[in-house]
This record gives sequence, C-alpha cells and structure tokens, in this order.
Amino acid sequence: MAGYTAVTAEDLAIMLDAIGVGSIAELFEAIPAGVRLERPIDLPPGEPEQAVYAELRRLAELNTSAEDEITFLGGGMYDHYVPAIIDMLMSRSEFLTPYTPYQPEVSQGGLQIMFEYQTAISELTGLPVSNASVYEGPSAVGAAAYLAKLTNKRRKVLVSRGVHPHSRATLDTLAVGYGMEVVEVGLDDALTDLGALRGALSDDISAVILQQPNFLGAIEDVQAIADAAHEHGALVVCAADPLTLGVLEAPGHQGVDVVVGEGQSLGNRLDFGGPSFGFFAATEKHLRSMPGRIAGETTDADGRRGFVLTLQTREQHIRREKATSNICTSQALNALGGVVYLSWLGRRGIVELGELMLQRTHYARETLAALDGVDKLHERPVVREFALRLDADVGRVLERCAAAGVNAGYALGRSYDEYGDGLLVAITEQRSRADIDRLAEVLAAAVAAERAGAGAEVAA
Amino acid sequence: MADASYPDDLLYHPDHDWARIQDGVATFGITWFAQDALGEVVFFDPPEVGSSVTAGESYAEVESVKAVSDVIAPLTGEIVEVNTTLADAPEAINDDPYGAGWMVRVTLSDPAQADGLMDSETYVGTL
Amino acid sequence: MSAPDASQTKQQRERATTIFEKGAPGRRAFRAPDLDVPQVDGLIPEGMRRAQPPRLPEASEPELVRHYVNLSKRNFDLDSGFYPLGSCTMKHNPRLHERVAALPGHARLHPLQDPRRAQGALELMFNLQESLAEIAGLPHVSLQPSAGSHGELAGVLLTRAYHADRGEQRTTVLTPDSAHGTNPATVTMAGYEVVKVALDAAGGVDVDDLRAKADDSVACLMLTNPSTLGIFDPNIEEIASIVHGVGATLYYDGANLNAIMGYSRPGDMGFDIVHFNLHKTFTQPHGGGGPGAGPIAVSDRIEPYLPRPQVVRRPPGAQNGSNALHENGADGRLVGGPPIFDLDEDRGGRDSKSIGKLRGFQGNYGVFVRTYAYIRSLGGEGLQDVCEVAVLNANYLLARLREKVGDRLPLAFGERCMHEFVLSGAPMKKELGIRTLDLAKRLLDHGFHPPTVYFPLVVDEALLIEPTETETRETLDAFADAIAAIIAEAEADPEIARNAPYTTPVRRLDEAGAAKRPRVREVLPQ
Repeated sequence: MAGYTAVTAEDLAIMLDAIGVGSIAELFEAIPAGVRLERPIDLPPGEPEQAVYAELRRLAELNTSAEDEITFLGGGMYDHYVPAIIDMLMSRSEFLTPYTPYQPEVSQGGLQIMFEYQTAISELTGLPVSNASVYEGPSAVGAAAYLAKLTNKRRKVLVSRGVHPHSRATLDTLAVGYGMEVVEVGLDDALTDLGALRGALSDDISAVILQQPNFLGAIEDVQAIADAAHEHGALVVCAADPLTLGVLEAPGHQGVDVVVGEGQSLGNRLDFGGPSFGFFAATEKHLRSMPGRIAGETTDADGRRGFVLTLQTREQHIRREKATSNICTSQALNALGGVVYLSWLGRRGIVELGELMLQRTHYARETLAALDGVDKLHERPVVREFALRLDADVGRVLERCAAAGVNAGYALGRSYDEYGDGLLVAITEQRSRADIDRLAEVLAAAVAAERAGAGAEVAA
Repeated sequence: MADASYPDDLLYHPDHDWARIQDGVATFGITWFAQDALGEVVFFDPPEVGSSVTAGESYAEVESVKAVSDVIAPLTGEIVEVNTTLADAPEAINDDPYGAGWMVRVTLSDPAQADGLMDSETYVGTL
Repeated sequence: MSAPDASQTKQQRERATTIFEKGAPGRRAFRAPDLDVPQVDGLIPEGMRRAQPPRLPEASEPELVRHYVNLSKRNFDLDSGFYPLGSCTMKHNPRLHERVAALPGHARLHPLQDPRRAQGALELMFNLQESLAEIAGLPHVSLQPSAGSHGELAGVLLTRAYHADRGEQRTTVLTPDSAHGTNPATVTMAGYEVVKVALDAAGGVDVDDLRAKADDSVACLMLTNPSTLGIFDPNIEEIASIVHGVGATLYYDGANLNAIMGYSRPGDMGFDIVHFNLHKTFTQPHGGGGPGAGPIAVSDRIEPYLPRPQVVRRPPGAQNGSNALHENGADGRLVGGPPIFDLDEDRGGRDSKSIGKLRGFQGNYGVFVRTYAYIRSLGGEGLQDVCEVAVLNANYLLARLREKVGDRLPLAFGERCMHEFVLSGAPMKKELGIRTLDLAKRLLDHGFHPPTVYFPLVVDEALLIEPTETETRETLDAFADAIAAIIAEAEADPEIARNAPYTTPVRRLDEAGAAKRPRVREVLPQ
C-alpha cells in the first residue's frame, strides 16, 4: 500500500498469530465507539514519488527565491552563500537521522560537534558558556528573559525598540506566562535612547534587552547600555548578528551577561524562515540556569576522552515543573551547519567577510542615498544593513523594483509605524558592486516613476 | 562508598536527614540511606548563611546525574555556616555522609523540637 | 555473543581531537570575494571594533571534510539500524523529502518575501493547515510552534488567554503522573501550578482522583492518549466531560498520534487544543536532536487567540492592501495583484485577541515541506496504514518478548498495547543483578539502539519500546532475539552486561564526573 511499510500477507498472518488476535481491528478495541472515526481520513489519495516530486516542484516554482532575483532582503535572515561541504555533511545519514544523543557511547560524533559548536559560540560571543542551541533567534530572546527571572526574581524587562520586531512580539507573548511586564525603550536617532533607558531603570528591572546591530542596522553602544543596566543589578541581554562579530566587539567583552541570536546566517538556508537555530551564551554563573541541552567533556571506563549531555538536572525530563525551561531538544542539525560554517570561514575568514560586508554596505548606502528622492534614515555607523527614506510609496517602489528583477529590501512600515517611508537594505558577500549598482539604477527609476505619476493606477 | 551506618549520637528526621546538636548549634546532613538512594552526588546547591530554615521544609538541593532531591531541615533555626567544601567535592556526601559530607550549621530557635526526632534505632526501624 | 577482549577498534585507540586542535595558522577553506568597492577606513567607531578576532579553527576544506566525516562514523543512526526509542517515533525518513526541501524555490525563499511572490510556500502551508485540521478533527491550525514543547507552551498560553478573556483567573493545570516532563515544565513557564493526577491500576487516568481535583481553579488538563504507557485511555469521554464540566480546556499532547490516525481524532475525543510533532508522526529527520516542528490545532472557542500569522486563502477577487500594482513590469511580466494565499499578520487588528508571536517569521517551513510531501505520498488511506502497522509491529514485538523473556521483563500494564509498550526491568534487576541501563548498554554491542530507559517514571526500571511501522518483521525478531541473548548471558554472568558496551567508539562514560566539573568548551590557546 503506502510506500514505507513492509507487512506482506504472510507476515500479517504470522504476526496476528503470535499476538493471538484474528485481525488488526482487534488491536484497536480499546478505543471506545463514541470517539471513533467511522470514515476514512478525508485527504487526497496518496501518490507515487514522482508525482509528489512534481507537485512540490510546482509549488517551489511559484516562489521567487534568492535564486530568481537580486535580493537585498534582510531583517533577521540573510542570503549568504552556503558552502557545499555543509550540504554534504547535513545530508549524511549519521547526522540527519539519529535522535538526541541519549546513548553517548554511540553518539560521540554528534556530542563532539555540540561541544565544538559551544566552543565556537563562546568565542564568537565572548562568553564562557553556551548551550547546544535553541529553536531560533526571537524565541531565544524570550528564553533569555526567563533566565533573568530565574536569576533575580524581578518581574520587569526593558527592551529596546531597536530589537527585532519579532523578538519583541515573542517576548510580549511569553512574558504573560512568566508573569513579567515588558516595557519598551524608544530610539533616539536610530539608537537605543540612553537617557530614556536610564530613566526607566530601577532596582526592580530584571533585564535590559538590546540588539547589535539593531533592526535599523545601527551599531549600538553596548558597553554604555550594559553599564547603565548593571548599576541597577539588571541582567544585560544582547541579541547579536553572529556574522558581524568578526569586526564588531564581542558583546561578552562589553559587559553583556547573555548573548543570544539567530543562527541562520551561519551556514543555514533561508527556508522561508526555518528551521534554523538560536544561539544562547552566558557568563559562568548562569551555567545552571541555562535552557536546553549542553554537551560536556568527560572520560570513559578506559580513560578515553568522550562527550556527554551534561547538567541534565536543569532540564524538564528530570526537574519537571522546576526546570529551567520546557525546551527538550536543541536544533542539532542546524547547529552542525553553524559550526561547520564557522570552521569553514575560519579565524581570518570571519574578519575578511565582515570587512567585505562593511565596505560594500558603505558603498551601497552612499550610492543609494545619492539618488533623487532617497535619503539615509539615519547616519549611524552600520555593518551590513542600513535604512533609507524614500520620497515615494515604499510598497509601490518595491513592486517596481521586483518587476525589474531586484528585491530592494524590507519596507520598514511593515513593522514600524514611524518609518512608513523607510526601506531596510541588507548586504551579503553574494551582492557584488555590480548588483548594488543595478539596485541603484532600478531604485532610482522606480522612485522617479512613482514621483512622476504619484497615485496613478495603471491598468494592466 | 562507605557501608551503611547510622551513628548513635545523631537524631533522625523521617525524610532521611540527620542532626547533631552541640551547645545549641545543630549540624545537618543526609543519611547513608538517602545518599545511597540518590547515587553519586554531583552538585550541592547550598543556602545562604543567615537564611532561616524550617523543620520539615527544604533548605537546599542535592543532585545526582539523573535526579534532584530537596534536602529537608530536621529542625528550625538560622543558618550560621554552610559546608563550602562541597562545592568542589560533593562526593563527600556519598563517602562520608556524617562527617565531611555535613551541609549546614544552624542555631536552633526552638531546641525542644529535637524531642520530635528519632534516635538511630527507631530510624533504622523505618527503613 | 561473548564479551570481546581488550583489543580495541581503530576508533577506540585514537584520542578524540576537536577541530580546534587541528589545522594550522594560515590554513583556510573560505576565500572571500575580492573587494570591488573603494576601501574606506574608520567605518566602525573606536572601541566598537573587535580587538582580537574570534579564535575559530584554521583548517583546509579537506581537513574539515575528513574531520566531520570521521565524526559521523562515531554516531549510530536510523538509516543504519533499528532505533526503537519509545515516545520518539523513529520511523524511516523518506529521501524524497530531502530532495524537495532542497529545491531552491523552497530552500532559498526569504521569509520576508512579499506574499505575492511566495504563493507556492503559502499554498503549501495553507494545504498543510487544512490537512492537519482534518487529521486532528479540529478546524483551526497554527503552524508556528517550533517543536512539541513549543506547541505545548502555545497551547497553555492559549488556555490562559481564553480564560482571561472570560474574566476568569484560574491557577492550576492538571497532568497525569505519566506525563512527559515537558508538560509540567510548560505549565510553570505559562504561569500555572502543576497538580498531578494519579493513574488507575490499568495505567489510565484515575477518574476518581481527577473528579476530586477538578474544580474551577483548574485551567486545563494536559493528556497524552494513548499515554506514554502505550495505553489508550478507555475513559476518555468521561475525562473530557469532567474537565469541560468545570470550564477547563483539554490539551492533547500529540506525541503519540501515530497510534490513532484513521481510528480516532483528538477533536472527536473532546480535546480543545492539540500539538503535532511533525518530526515524529510525519517523519522529519531528527537531526541528532532537532529540528522539528510542533503545529497546533484548536477548536472554535480557542480560535480567536491563535498566534499570528496564519495562512489564509482570500476569496477570488478580493483586493488586498494599497500596494497592488496592475501593470506590466519592465520585462513585460505582470506584477502585483492581490495574493490568493496570504499571511494574516494582524488578524483582528488592534482589538485582536491573539496571543501574538511565539517565534520569528512563519515557522519551520523546511519541516512543513517534508510533512506535506509525506501527506501527499500517503493520503488518508496511507496514514491509516501507518497507524495500523505501527500498532501491529508493537504488539508483535511485545508478543515475541513476552514469549522469550516475559518473566524477567514483564509488561508494566495490561495485556496489549497501542504503538509502544513499557516493560519493567525490576525482576531482571532483582533476579539477575543487571539494571535496565545495563541491558541498554549491552544492546549497543548487538548493533541496536536501545529503547527509551527510565521513562515513564511511574514504572520501576522502565523500558519504553516503540518499533514504528517502517520496520520489518525480521528486524523485530532479531531485536527480540538480542534481548533474549542478553538475558541468557546475564543468567550465566551478569558482569558482562554491567560493563557493556565493548564495541562502541567509547565505553561507558563518566557522566557524574562531567556534571561535577563541567567542561563545556575547548580551552583555546591565547
């Protein structure tokens, strides 16, 4: 029948006989009549592999992917090149198909990779302890707030408006369950308003949450924010873009207690938003309050080096209602992609890549801001993403650019009422100077066309 | 791990905790039975000096690899000392539960509470 | 099989070295594209530029490949052997799913792409929502949660929103003793207190205990049915009636959905909220511990509170937004126009009762692609076949084990099972002196992944076995034979099992040592 079961008529006879029943139906007798589904599941009939492939390909072709246009979309996920070595490793059965490493003797590969991943994340963030990853970026921000609550029992969190809108929305959702109040701190010319932050700080603030670079692309003064927060004993949580940390100082070296973030840009595909992984690193004293899996080094019965899941008493399967989180698994396969990517980039590569993004971003920003009807939304230093202001309807401009095969970026008005004229443009190493020049050409034309015929609806 | 023992000079609480009272100060720990049930102790999460403990309530946690247990106070009082050596050597709770594995010292607020605890023989009878 | 002597495998002789210990300064795999724009200095303000580069590995691509491929050989995986890990549903992962998920139209689609240019993805998600609704017997689906535990959290937060909207302050959530640890952990994170409900002698919910504890302080009962004991609760209708009678919601942990597809649906049992484990029932590869996805399906009364965004299908001709252009683009293509499938970001607008977002973007789309391929491959009839064979295989393996080792490893509850069953190793421990853990470790030497051990907690020396529908009878026979051989071996010499395994890349590991003095990263030279 279906492709993946293997019971022949002969098997069935032998198996029913061994069980001591006359039919499969007898095995379901425990299900009371009142809750039985007395009809087949109403779904289209199953199809052979080639037909399903054709259907999934049809759907894929209805999407405009980063392969089909020159894209400058960012806003939390970025079109970086994924090296072939990652495809090869992530599709290996030995990494793709095991479960969580409950039996360490036969899971040393996965466990050692978690250990290497933790080492790489510690290096990148400048913090000594990392877990083996969590779901993804925004929920990692929410998880950090829970760690803050467990640590200092305070009930209020300050979050910068520069933090990703999805992270703030996720935090709002989860805080209801935590019994915490979330208070937003506004931006002052695209940076977290330090004066407003100081005014909002008090000794009942559990944590201050910021993002580096922030959603508008601007580099925050992390040290100043951390110092202000620590004066009141609040934890400092920083959501960081990991690929900027080759050129930007590690938040862990700037007084931050917990660094989290979205790991997609480290060797993971866009996948329309997931699966990817979230990273989560902290200072030593938070080791036992961390959520999620942690791999640790040990020795075996013969004294050989080995790795295990450790500090499991934090976790839900042991501590149950007192657990540090309800998270079960990490995103092991995606985190594998992350550590392989960081190893592939290497110590020099991550700096070179950061420098390349920095230079091209500067070039793009200056080139685009020089266009008629286009201005910088802010003048703050940026690394890989920047915000513009358009003197034309952003949505319509984006449509015109898309028609010319260029995805010009993210309309900030989708998340920020105050930036209805804002456009967020992201640069990766895959966007060359020629691509940027093409964007400038297309954007200039689109803005000009909109300004010329503002409001005119042209029939197809 | 040492063999089972329940010294005569201690008082016992039914949740497998012991107290040794000298000059109004009591030392608390867990019994041989408790540490054996728990297995190899890997972490002792101590309370703070100056905090108060209440008889029958938890004042600390001990962890093995796959379990967490509350440590119950046999008597009420205020903690004046915690065994800081357990941070680096929690195995003392297994190896020497009545000696190096002690957990806290407490000034008792109601010494008469001790009358409600068991002697060694009575406690062993409950096991 | 006898205990091997001290001769070690090649893997065992070599010390494990991390990628940070390999390579050499100056080696690299990555080559940056050339700088094609004018170099400008001082773009990062003083003090914000990183002083020391992160000490990442320095290795060539061949070194990286060899390192990670050799590590892969130190893993046991489902593709090479039987993996009867109870409650985890380790069924075969069809390779078609990997192929279709890797199509650039799916894999390289940006999550913030305009919905008009992501119609394939949104159509897929819409169809998946509809399919999951039919399977659950509940009309409304959110695909957003990233894992089962995340779906649980969504479910309890939905419950909270539902009660709050009715002006009720409820404080507790009931869970049975046999529940997954995620249930009580979730309850705490959602701001409720856990109240445990006892099990009856048959392993089901103790209805009297439930009735005694169900009052108007109860927000929800979280239940897995069949339970983690592999038993379908025959009192489910009465349980639902008690819970609904006090105004609480009924939450279904979908971990064990493989056991009922085609026979019963959580919605028909009276549940209000269900989470699916797409990585279990719908065979997303487990990846060594993630990723997964944990969509939820809910009843009409819970629908207003669902997370944002959901995928909706606009009626034909409906206009959407002000940005729609109806003109030919520069290359003559028609652009714009209202999308048929859309992301409903602010359902209800400012008055929305939605609990909000649980994560970034739309969920684990890559998992949805695989799930959708699976559902399209199997259809309704195929999903029922999955369920029937899963239950058949479990009962067959149970029968074989009872016949061979039933006295040492008895079934914990009942006579038969659904898709999984729990044996107790208590007699084995008492009579042979080997624990369930020893049996598990010795199974590794036989080339099998052990079942789940020491869960559920309500069974002493528990062994939770879930063979799944994709295993052959020959495999089940071989597994039963291996267990019997280990028991027979332990009758003669229990020391062999106590010191197992022998043939694995490492032997039994010092977990206590790891926990006492945690080393969670490589210490790198300055």
